[in-house]
Amino acid sequence: MKTKDFISKIGLKLIVAVGVITMVIIGVFSFFSIQAQSDALLSQAEIQANKLSETIKNSTHSSMLQNKRDEIHTIINAISQETSIREIRVLNKEGRIMFSSQSDLIGKMVDKQAESCYACHTADKPLERLPINERVRIYKISPDSPRILGVINPIYNDESCWSADCHVHPKEQKVLGVLDVKMDLTDVDRQISNSEFRFIIFAIIAIVALSFIIGFFVRRWIGKPVQELVKATNQVSTGNLNYTIKGSGKDELGILASSFNNMTKKLAEARMQLFQSDKMASLGRLAAGVAHEINNPLTGVLTYSSFLLKRTKGNPEMQEDLQVIVRETKRSREIVKSLLDFARQSVPKKQRADINEIIEHAISVINNQLSLKHIKLEKNLDPNLPQVTVDTNQVQQVFINLIVNASDAICEDNGTIKISSSSISLSSFGTAHIKRAVCPKRHDLIDNEIKIDGLPTVKVKVVSNGTEGMLNLDPIYGKHRHHYGIEIKKGKTVQVACPKCNSSLIVNDKKCPKCNSSIFSFEIPSQGMFEACTNPDCTWEKWAEVDEAGNKEYVEIKISDNGCGIAKEDLAKIFEPFYSTKGQTGTGLGLAVIWGIVDNHNGTINVDSEVGKGTTFKIRLPI
Amino acid sequence: MNDKRDILIIDDEQVILDAVFKIAESEGFKVETALNANEALSKINQDNYSAILCDIMMPEIDGLQLLDKLNSDHKKIPVVMITGYSTVENAVNSLYKGAVDFIAKPFTFEEITSAIYRAVAYGKLQSKIEEAKKNNKEGSVIYVPCPPRYKRLGNISWMSLENQGTAVIGVTDLYLQTLHTLKYIEMLETENVIVQGNSCAKLETDDELTHNLLASVGGRIVERNEMLLTDPALLEKDPYFKGWIYRIIPSDIEYEMKYLISCSSDRM
Repeated sequence: MKTKDFISKIGLKLIVAVGVITMVIIGVFSFFSIQAQSDALLSQAEIQANKLSETIKNSTHSSMLQNKRDEIHTIINAISQETSIREIRVLNKEGRIMFSSQSDLIGKMVDKQAESCYACHTADKPLERLPINERVRIYKISPDSPRILGVINPIYNDESCWSADCHVHPKEQKVLGVLDVKMDLTDVDRQISNSEFRFIIFAIIAIVALSFIIGFFVRRWIGKPVQELVKATNQVSTGNLNYTIKGSGKDELGILASSFNNMTKKLAEARMQLFQSDKMASLGRLAAGVAHEINNPLTGVLTYSSFLLKRTKGNPEMQEDLQVIVRETKRSREIVKSLLDFARQSVPKKQRADINEIIEHAISVINNQLSLKHIKLEKNLDPNLPQVTVDTNQVQQVFINLIVNASDAICEDNGTIKISSSSISLSSFGTAHIKRAVCPKRHDLIDNEIKIDGLPTVKVKVVSNGTEGMLNLDPIYGKHRHHYGIEIKKGKTVQVACPKCNSSLIVNDKKCPKCNSSIFSFEIPSQGMFEACTNPDCTWEKWAEVDEAGNKEYVEIKISDNGCGIAKEDLAKIFEPFYSTKGQTGTGLGLAVIWGIVDNHNGTINVDSEVGKGTTFKIRLPI
Repeated sequence: MNDKRDILIIDDEQVILDAVFKIAESEGFKVETALNANEALSKINQDNYSAILCDIMMPEIDGLQLLDKLNSDHKKIPVVMITGYSTVENAVNSLYKGAVDFIAKPFTFEEITSAIYRAVAYGKLQSKIEEAKKNNKEGSVIYVPCPPRYKRLGNISWMSLENQGTAVIGVTDLYLQTLHTLKYIEMLETENVIVQGNSCAKLETDDELTHNLLASVGGRIVERNEMLLTDPALLEKDPYFKGWIYRIIPSDIEYEMKYLISCSSDRM
């Protein structure tokens, strides 16, 4: 199997979708969490820096007052030994660096726009009091250098300053200078980037794990059943309708698989029926032909031999032989007769009949035979069965033959034959569509210009009340969404004609059974006549042929026995003529005749059988 | 009418012609054959025949058309139809159209012989009736027609519907008149199903012939007239009432009715 197949497309899509979602979720989560972490780390660093700044200020205070500059230098240098401290400096009011941990900068002037100054000096007039939260700033010297946290601590003029011995600062001065501490944020940055890295690793692991889990379950729950389905459809497309999907679960795909199985079973049945129908028709013709042709030579044999039999009365030896010839020829005659019964081309003599009554008749004919064999007969007949149009003789023959077959199949003592009847309704195929329509002179009435529901309509010319116009009929039988190009006045005579040759479509000897208006009709080639009412308010339409075909109500008769059953390989052949499992006792025509009769009634016959358990014949006759 | 007892056999199969020819000749009939209906018609126009045996399925003019032709020409020759394509319907239809009898191929020596004898006897009977009509002998009764409410299959068997839906079937006097004295009647057991136009009983006569009686309607036998087994003469004495043969439950009476002839038209 290729990897391409291994990760089926649905799986891949699901993995991508879930991966993206995971990535977004983890990304958002880590963004906020890293943000919070870095905020916490920074504020901690700020607090630390502030404290440090205060400490420096306090520890240098006395030295400042005594103007011991060396001491101050020493203190600043000592404190700046700490690795995280980048620089400590003290600026005077003019911006001159008075003290610095970097001694080479001492005495230099700092621009008022510089990092250390702009917090107070952004406004036109310098601030005299700087709030504590504005003392901190974070900046980079160059884009690839680590971040630096700077804390400005203004040194305010207080009494001890202007009252000190050196008296350098006048009393009016508010701010004497600034203590500027710069700390390296490398540690903090490293911590933040560490957590970022951890989150990325976490996201990757999560996505990979999820992909594997999704891939596994997609393969198990979707890939395999779909593969099985594809295999099955391929089998079906090559004509193997006996293929069934095994072990499907109860999920949606399982339901699809079992519905697929059901469909192939139905298809197989339908194909069987069609195939059988076709075969029977040709066999029927063949049988009729053979029977007809063989009758004449058989007549020769039978007449001459029976004639000889008559003439050789005094010769017992010859008589015996001739009797065999006559007897066997008579037997051939019976076979030919049953062949003809099978092939009978004549239309069944149909009439409305109660199937239950026919079943009762059939039972009464063979009841004696059944009781002799101690076979129990169970009837389960639906008393509300609708009447069916059948040839009662033929249908009775069907039941008798099936019951006799059932009794022949029963070899044990506690044999039971069950007969049931019920009415069933099979779903119809949907609404009929008029695809072709012609006038009596074979002009096409289909109009592709005006469409109803996207379908070409049937266009006829209407003359009503002296005006002439077109009427476009809804091509869906019974929907009646006609397009009127003319107003048809109620009660007035209406003429309907072909728009091309003007020949009238009105049916003269028939009125609408609903509203008694006149009706019109046109032919739907090879599908009979379509009739409709001319009254625009009346929805009466009739398409007899489709009505008949759409007739999906059936009477179902089941005849089952608990006999020896039919082997699976025989099941397919039992309706074939001359196929018999009864050996010498049967002609092998019984079921073929039954099949022919049921088919002649547009019905279907099915058989279900299990060796050792019994056989059920199911006949459906349309009502 | 010629008294030669000539018969004409029409069939498009030579073997049938030969066989029937041989049999009929052995029985002492003078036989002519024809391979098609046209040949037969020209022979019929030249000669008078006592009986005609005619196949239904023939090229060009078939048996039924020939029957129509004979009817329209007022040829009163008894015709026995032979049918190879044994759709009973065809045969029953031919009886409705005036054939006196029909036999299905393949037939035995006995079946064809008895049919020929019956047909010839029927022809004779017909001429007797004609003669009686000519001589205006009111009193002479040659045969008893069936009662008005009965219906018959050709001139062979009758049936009468009863109130409870059953039907009684029997054999017409005219048919019996074409037979010799009855010796024995062989009947089917009850519960058997008989089919219209198919044999339902065998009548054995003292001339060693066995006649297959064709059923007037089809159905399931519910009762048979046991008295006939011991006393076949009862059939000849009272064919329409005490001489009934079967009581049946008809299977398809409405359909089969259209091939039956109402007996009310028989008495004038």
